[in-house]
Amino acid sequence: MSLKSPLGRVLGLGSAGAGTEHWLAQRLSAVAMVPLTLWFAVSVVSLPSLDFYSMTAWVAAPLHAVLLALLVVALVYHSSLGTQVVAEDYVHAPGLRVAILAALRLVHVGLAVAGVFAVFLIATRAPL
Amino acid sequence: MSQVSRPLSPHLQVYRWQISNTLSILHRITGVALALGGCALVGWLLALASGQSAYAALGGVLGSLLGQLVLMVWTFSFFYHLCNGLRHLAWDAGYGFDKSAARKSGLAVVAAAGVLTVIFWVVALTRVTA
Repeated sequence: MSLKSPLGRVLGLGSAGAGTEHWLAQRLSAVAMVPLTLWFAVSVVSLPSLDFYSMTAWVAAPLHAVLLALLVVALVYHSSLGTQVVAEDYVHAPGLRVAILAALRLVHVGLAVAGVFAVFLIATRAPL
Repeated sequence: MSQVSRPLSPHLQVYRWQISNTLSILHRITGVALALGGCALVGWLLALASGQSAYAALGGVLGSLLGQLVLMVWTFSFFYHLCNGLRHLAWDAGYGFDKSAARKSGLAVVAAAGVLTVIFWVVALTRVTA
């Protein structure tokens, strides 16, 4: 028998024994994306042209490249956390559940690396 | 440990459909749609990094009627998930919990998402044709 108080037993420990970090990370990435996504949306509609050269020049500007890389990281992280919860809620077959959760995690790591690396390539290739 | 008779949530099939649960599931649906939109954003950056022909090919897909339609769905999903996400953050901070406030904020979120989507596309399309 545990001598811990009822409050001590539940603090930070749900049925999974964890969870606060996941919840907090979801909120933090959401808050980060509010200015980042709004900046991106406003930029996309106010650019003079969306053709290859103007887009390359726009992405390659140091501030834009950094903000885009941050947007990719926050978005992919938030997407990873969110789709994980959706899969946990709806996929019950144990084998399939593990497979989907693993696939989601791997795809999201791939997306983050690909997105950040693409921004880096665009920024370094563009003539300054 | 004694069994506590907690109130149980009614099963989905006998649950009366309301604004609150409609907007709740819509938050998930738009979230999943935006996860796919994130893949498209990374794909767009990869195409831009790959060179002119890849970028033109992607532009052809996105510029098609179906492509534009999907982009519009993503735009609405984005504005809805953003506005409803702010509503969630307000709840997290302890505000707007009572029934009428939740109902009002829900309707406001849908209206804001609709208006922002229309503004975004009106600006985008007038700039393209100009």
